[in-house]
Amino acid sequence: MKRLSILAVFSALVLAGCVASPEPAEDDRLYQALGEREGIERIVEDMLIRVTDDVRIAHYFRGIPLGDLRDELADQFCELAGGPCEYTGRDMREAHEDLDLSRADFNALVEHLIAAMERHHVRVPDQNRLLAKLAPMERDMVD
Amino acid sequence: MPGKTYRGFLALILTLLSPWAIAQDGRILATGGVTQIEGSAGGGLVPWAVMAGYGAEGEQGGTVSLSHVSLADYRLSTVAANWSWNNRVEVSASRGQFNLGTLGIALEAPDAVLRMNTLGLKTRLGGDLIYGTLPQIAFGVQYKDLRDPTIPELVGAQRDSDVDAYLAVTRLFLGGAGGYNLLLNGTLRATRANELGYLGFGGDRNDDHELQLEASAAIFLNPRTAVGMEYRRKPNNLSFAEENDWADLFIAWFPNKDLALAAAWTRHGAIAGLENQDGFYLSLQASF
Repeated sequence: MKRLSILAVFSALVLAGCVASPEPAEDDRLYQALGEREGIERIVEDMLIRVTDDVRIAHYFRGIPLGDLRDELADQFCELAGGPCEYTGRDMREAHEDLDLSRADFNALVEHLIAAMERHHVRVPDQNRLLAKLAPMERDMVD
Repeated sequence: MPGKTYRGFLALILTLLSPWAIAQDGRILATGGVTQIEGSAGGGLVPWAVMAGYGAEGEQGGTVSLSHVSLADYRLSTVAANWSWNNRVEVSASRGQFNLGTLGIALEAPDAVLRMNTLGLKTRLGGDLIYGTLPQIAFGVQYKDLRDPTIPELVGAQRDSDVDAYLAVTRLFLGGAGGYNLLLNGTLRATRANELGYLGFGGDRNDDHELQLEASAAIFLNPRTAVGMEYRRKPNNLSFAEENDWADLFIAWFPNKDLALAAAWTRHGAIAGLENQDGFYLSLQASF
């Protein structure tokens, strides 16, 4: 019996995972949760400050006008989050193909984004929703 | 491709030679899991497909850890170290000490302790914990060697050292549990170990490797804290006493990439004839 009930709980958890994982219908809930365009811009700026302070990846950002990059990324995150923005920057693959980025570099960026979202009190589920939108880009950015 | 091979080889040499390159942390917090009781990276009970430490491709990593399980009539303490390279290969070594407590008194050996050394080798076959479409898949072996086989032989074990082999599949679903990250792991192990091997390997009832399913599920409350459960089926080779499956409910805390703490309530059923071996598990891990 005990074995059965434990297996039942496992199955329930697995099912919960499968049922809960698809994104909710395209709407702007995530955009709202991130504090709209303004909130997103603050998060991106915080992330870029952390990134340029990290010896592992700061060199990739040398010589790039950070204000422009912030605006571009904020547009991109805003669009991904269902907000009324349009990312007009370069295609992800094209923009990163000469950089020779490693998965470790990509992960470092993710860590700084998480830290920035925590700093701006984004709820954990909303943090994860944005990360889930960004994770597929790993394939285009990492060599 | 020779350029790539050469670069990989150079990276390996540099990695092995440069002491200042030891703290490599190209993987995200908690993605090395903790150390399971046989020394491999995983949950507390089950080996996962993840590699120990935080080394990503081209990097290395590893951990040292201490674990203690306190049950009604037994205590199990293990010390383990593991090392991984390139997020591809993991080598582990652990030494465990199983204090017989009540059973020792019954056997007129009140200080009886069963010691076992385990050497583990695990390799990632493919996939990734987080990225891409495939979950992370790894194959591993654990060679276990009992230091003193007297008591295991007394209860009918056929040998004092043996090899377990396992295939583990692990995936972190971002936002997979109502917005919270969900980790699922399934491990299929071929084993004939009695009570992990502390009561030897094989027995009068069965002396062949059998496939046993092990599973883990965890939810991350935040990037640093996970709660979950594990379940591990076990063989039943000895007729002197029924062997039960093990399960636990755990909480793991990763304050940073240097440390991890795990605590669990564990349910071990009957061990060597003594019923209701519930208890607590505590583990402390340092990563490098």
